[in-house]
Amino acid sequence: MKTYEELKAIRERAEKEVALRTHGGASSRYERHVLVCGGTGCTSSGSMKIIAELEKQLAAFDLTDKVQIVKTGCFGLCAKGPIMIVYPEGSFYSMVKVEEIAKIVEEHLKNGNPVKEFLYEETLHGDHIKALDETNFYAKQHRVALRNCGVINPECIEEYIGRGGYEALAKVVSSMTPEEVIQTVLDSGLRGRGGGGFPTGMKWKLARNLVPDADIKYVCCNADEGDPGAFMDRSILEGDPHVLIEAMAIAAFAIGASQGYVYVRAEYPIAVQRLRVAIDQARENGLLGKNIFDSDFSFDMDLRLGAGAFVCGEETALMTSIEGNRGEPRPRPPFPAEKGLYQKPTILNNVETYANIPQIIVNGAEWYAAMGKDNSKGTKVFALGGKVTNTGLVEVPMGTTLREIIEEIGGGIPNGKKFKAAQAGGPSGGCIPAEHYDVNVDYDSLAKIGCMIGSGGLIVMDEDNCMVDIAKFFLEFTMDESCGKCSPCRIGTKRMYEILDKITKGQGTLEDIDKLEELCNHVKANSLCGLGQTAPNPVLSTLRFFRDEYIAHVVEKRCPAGVCKDLLQYTILEDKCKGCTACARKCPASAISGTVKQPHTIDPAKCIKCGACIDTCKFGAIIKK
Amino acid sequence: MSEMLNITINGQAIQVAKGSTILEAAHQANVTIPTLCYMKDINEIGACRMCIVEANEGRGFRCVAACVYPCTEGMEIRTNSPKVLDSRKKTLELILSNHDRKCLSCVRSNNCELQKLAKDLGVEDASRYDGERIEYPIDTTAAHMYRDNNKCVLCRRCVAVCEKTQGIGVIGANDRGISTHIGCAFEKGLGTTACVSCGQCIAVCPTGALSEKDFTKEVFAAIADPNKKVIVNTAPSVRAALGEAFGMPIGTNVEGKMIAALRRLGFDFVFDTNFSADLTIVEEGTELIERVTNQGVLPMITSCSPGWIKFCEHYYPDLIPHLSSCKSPQQMFGAVTKTYFAEKMGWDPKDIVCVSIMPCTAKKFESSRENQSASGYPDIDYALTTRELARMIERAGLQFTALPDEKADDPLGIFTGAGLIFGATGGVMEAALRYAVEEITGDKLGAEAIDFKEVRGTEGIKEATYKVGDLEVKVAVVSGLANARIVMDKIRNGEADYTFVEVMACPGGCVNGGGQPIQPGSVRNFNDLRALRAKALYDQDAAMELRKSQDNPAIQALYSEYLGKPGSHKAHEILHTSYVARKVNF
Amino acid sequence: MSKKFSTLPFQGTKQQEEELVAVIEATKGDPGALMPIMQKAQEIYGYLPIEVQTIIAEHLNIPLEKVYGVATFYAQFTLAPKGRYRISVCLGTACYVKGAADLVTRLSERLGIGVGEITPDGKFSLDDCRCIGACGLAPVLTVNDDVYGRLTADDIDSILAKYAD
Repeated sequence: MKTYEELKAIRERAEKEVALRTHGGASSRYERHVLVCGGTGCTSSGSMKIIAELEKQLAAFDLTDKVQIVKTGCFGLCAKGPIMIVYPEGSFYSMVKVEEIAKIVEEHLKNGNPVKEFLYEETLHGDHIKALDETNFYAKQHRVALRNCGVINPECIEEYIGRGGYEALAKVVSSMTPEEVIQTVLDSGLRGRGGGGFPTGMKWKLARNLVPDADIKYVCCNADEGDPGAFMDRSILEGDPHVLIEAMAIAAFAIGASQGYVYVRAEYPIAVQRLRVAIDQARENGLLGKNIFDSDFSFDMDLRLGAGAFVCGEETALMTSIEGNRGEPRPRPPFPAEKGLYQKPTILNNVETYANIPQIIVNGAEWYAAMGKDNSKGTKVFALGGKVTNTGLVEVPMGTTLREIIEEIGGGIPNGKKFKAAQAGGPSGGCIPAEHYDVNVDYDSLAKIGCMIGSGGLIVMDEDNCMVDIAKFFLEFTMDESCGKCSPCRIGTKRMYEILDKITKGQGTLEDIDKLEELCNHVKANSLCGLGQTAPNPVLSTLRFFRDEYIAHVVEKRCPAGVCKDLLQYTILEDKCKGCTACARKCPASAISGTVKQPHTIDPAKCIKCGACIDTCKFGAIIKK
Repeated sequence: MSEMLNITINGQAIQVAKGSTILEAAHQANVTIPTLCYMKDINEIGACRMCIVEANEGRGFRCVAACVYPCTEGMEIRTNSPKVLDSRKKTLELILSNHDRKCLSCVRSNNCELQKLAKDLGVEDASRYDGERIEYPIDTTAAHMYRDNNKCVLCRRCVAVCEKTQGIGVIGANDRGISTHIGCAFEKGLGTTACVSCGQCIAVCPTGALSEKDFTKEVFAAIADPNKKVIVNTAPSVRAALGEAFGMPIGTNVEGKMIAALRRLGFDFVFDTNFSADLTIVEEGTELIERVTNQGVLPMITSCSPGWIKFCEHYYPDLIPHLSSCKSPQQMFGAVTKTYFAEKMGWDPKDIVCVSIMPCTAKKFESSRENQSASGYPDIDYALTTRELARMIERAGLQFTALPDEKADDPLGIFTGAGLIFGATGGVMEAALRYAVEEITGDKLGAEAIDFKEVRGTEGIKEATYKVGDLEVKVAVVSGLANARIVMDKIRNGEADYTFVEVMACPGGCVNGGGQPIQPGSVRNFNDLRALRAKALYDQDAAMELRKSQDNPAIQALYSEYLGKPGSHKAHEILHTSYVARKVNF
Repeated sequence: MSKKFSTLPFQGTKQQEEELVAVIEATKGDPGALMPIMQKAQEIYGYLPIEVQTIIAEHLNIPLEKVYGVATFYAQFTLAPKGRYRISVCLGTACYVKGAADLVTRLSERLGIGVGEITPDGKFSLDDCRCIGACGLAPVLTVNDDVYGRLTADDIDSILAKYAD
């Protein structure tokens, strides 16, 4: 592909096909499209078997020419996988089983009657079947970064072009100056989605101007999504890999770079494979390589696989790692915009940040800046996980309240439990307690309560989660992931973890809490890189909002949530115990005594807290506290 | 003049050159900021966080690492605010919680950067942050040193010097997080690796994690043994640095006091390695002329530096034929002592204990090499470092600075200025030139022509071409093994047409050897030890009457009485050795 | 978290070595090639014992310690061989809050090995891993390339039974 005209021709052809999935009735060659999620979540729950069965049944009913199967990326509602959507109706089949396929093919795809019993229950409204985008989960979402995820076949460049793909790159190369591109990104108000929140346009501007005589510059993408519990970057790579290629090419044009690297987690095999396919396709079509769109602009890119080090999400560590070293961060300044990869000017943005770029170029900075709140423009993707009904990926305008995200989109807390807190920003972030349920989720509002958006992990916790235990979980993570280079982080995280461990074992003192807080503040202020500087956040925020839980562990030697094993006490409720002796017989430690038909008791000195008695008791007479 | 920046440090306004770090600016303002990891040019990693200061660039004061943070116009810096002092102290306390704190039995007690920081920062309770600490076995496998990770603070100065200055890289950071430790590949012992024993890692270590194998006890015992004749010889550069161990200024020449101290320690004869350095020149010079006239392997490369020899054996085994077959001055000294001198005195060589005082840890390895026993007994029994000698002097209670200046014994204590300058990079080359020019041309070098200044100085690679009679002699002088790699690669690829090459393992030569008194980072980062110590030797040389090895009467006597002529069969038996190819990996 | 060495004798073949050397030669001149080479080497041999790291160091002309330092920094490089069935339990946040630790405990009991270990017959190895991104299915574990989600400890026996051969 050499010209904009050629791109347009492909788009016109492909547009007709993909339009069936958005506004129906278009002139697709097929009557129906069946979209099956091929993201990691649904693949894990068996979507490849669904596709195989579909192919078999379509052949059996002689529908192969009439129904197109499209393996897409993630739809977001991973909890309900495997997911299958039939267009033009937009019927949403959830938790699809292989046995159900024959019926769906016959009744729906052949006869045109959706099989209600297999549809996602939320879409059923009496006789009316709601389309996907009318459900609570999707209705409130606003998909920019995820706009193609679950809509197109990510391994088909034509479908991407059919959705307006590479339009932005063509526009930039043929009609904009690098300065105009940078100004557009600046005006959009886009800030880094990887955690730091640094204005993207500013980063680009520095990289363009700081070293005017640089012989080479680099554009890097951080796809080393390290926050355990965040997977939006993976979903974009799996569902829409071309958007990343297009955006990196635009960034390269803007700063004057010729080479790009995507640093992607090796734990994401599907993403890696799709990105490889996409890069090859882009090269074949002349969208990567020399003289893109017949201009002077040349750009190519490569993949580098991470190897399991969270710290490589830090920009200098990531570059050190690409260079083939232990992924240890370097002091800044110099910043990468001046001396980055191989000491050359470099920009690094994460996947989600890039995914916004083509839309900003096509629709304009004002369009983007109109979304969001105050200094947090646009939308943000969150990975909703933990104790929430609809676990999965959601994209909402910045500033949406936490309550809306969890209650309306996420479907609330399951099992009638109460919302206790949400951990935002993973190991670098903090918890948001119930008292701030209505906080606007944006950079500044969260910062005010000592929290951060981070990469967008949002783990919901209910009354059964112990906040000290959660803090310890995150500290264990950062301690293990500390690179070991600087003293405060290397030793400080270890000592903080040890204190937390002591507290959860009932061996902590009030002085330990003070020392913990002191260490938190020290490690935060003195560490070399972002990992150490943010590692104390989960502890500081739980200390701020749940200090009483710490004190209960220390003073009363009690874990209010009943999580910390060493602090649990198993007790038999006298009024409920029938004296059936079942528990006493089951107890491996002979810790339960009592006579038949009389309430039994547990000897705490002998009890090993295995929980066998609770499982055995038919009367709910045994509790742990 | 470079662009200047206006900054304030603790309210004091100063101008500093653009590009200065806060650490450098503070030094200029006479403020020492504590450092552990920082080592100028080779280890600017901002890792230990001891050098934290508060800096304001218009957006409020923030904690930054002074060693790597560049000054900017108008910057305000606080180096001693309560916040800064508290930050440093807490970081130090964290480091101490992961350190074995066995100061009383530590070789570096009183000369330990960590210990000094604890005192300076007012640590009251070193166990404040104690928790689990990984216990590491001490690595005793190397011939020359111990590695004790229980005292390591992970500053990585050793790693940097091994990898960058010496181009070796047998040690590095392994594992990560709290398990991070310095070690060799697959946690093998250092002695099993291609470590060359140069000891530069010890010289830069801020704590007692790295130390030489100490033989002071054995030497005290030998001295006390009435059946042993204990002979000592001191390398040229020892006199240029020993004083530092007793608080004297860097570059003080303490030859006289050193000899006095050795005598008071009870050595039977106090000789000088400068004597055998002169011998090396005559023997090696003869070998060079031999190679040049008979189309031998050229360039010939010096063999005085045992770290260099081991390096060549591991990394350039194919170039071993280029090495001079001459033993090093240390080994020649032992060989002559146990043969010629023993005969002269009527002693059985088995009763002689030959001790050398060296600026070098590789000498410990060298003395244990094969083919270094001219008398049938090891040429050298104990190779002590300058530091070990200082330790003996302290242990014996000698008030070093108050000792009188004395002279070494005859005959193996007689030397010329040529032997003396062996201690600095270029010294062997200059001494060899002083010999070769006279030998080849048959003319005496006048006082005006005796200095070969092109080969002096601390530059890592120096080249010069001299017209000697009809010959054009192209020489190279190299110090620091990373520089040796550059030159050796050229030789290997046939891109160099040198006649003679001097290589010293340690940057700057022996004066900066791995066995010299240890100067803390705060001194090393702002002073050129190499130049200061070398000056002591060149000054002494300039003032000497005898400045050419061939003029040394003791050398002349040795040949006429015992060896015959230079390069004779007997000289070869006693003064030459052989080398072995070694592997890089296991 | 220091890495475990293999005590088994190295059984690399000439063919494996040729494959690895070809990979190294193909990347010559790329200064950042070390990690991709190590990843490939681990694919070829299953792990990175000293023999393999030495091949890499010598062909790239870099210190072995440099290779080893990188190998011990990143969680995915292993110095000991893995089992025929590599069980890996996700300990990401979503999985953790949903009880992934119980899965590890049960597996450990059933297999008689700890995390990072391999059964004496070489059949199973047990590891924990960082988030694999299947948070919607939490808690999850993988056996080679098979993913099992929405688990409780009681599902462990039936999963192990699938690998009975």
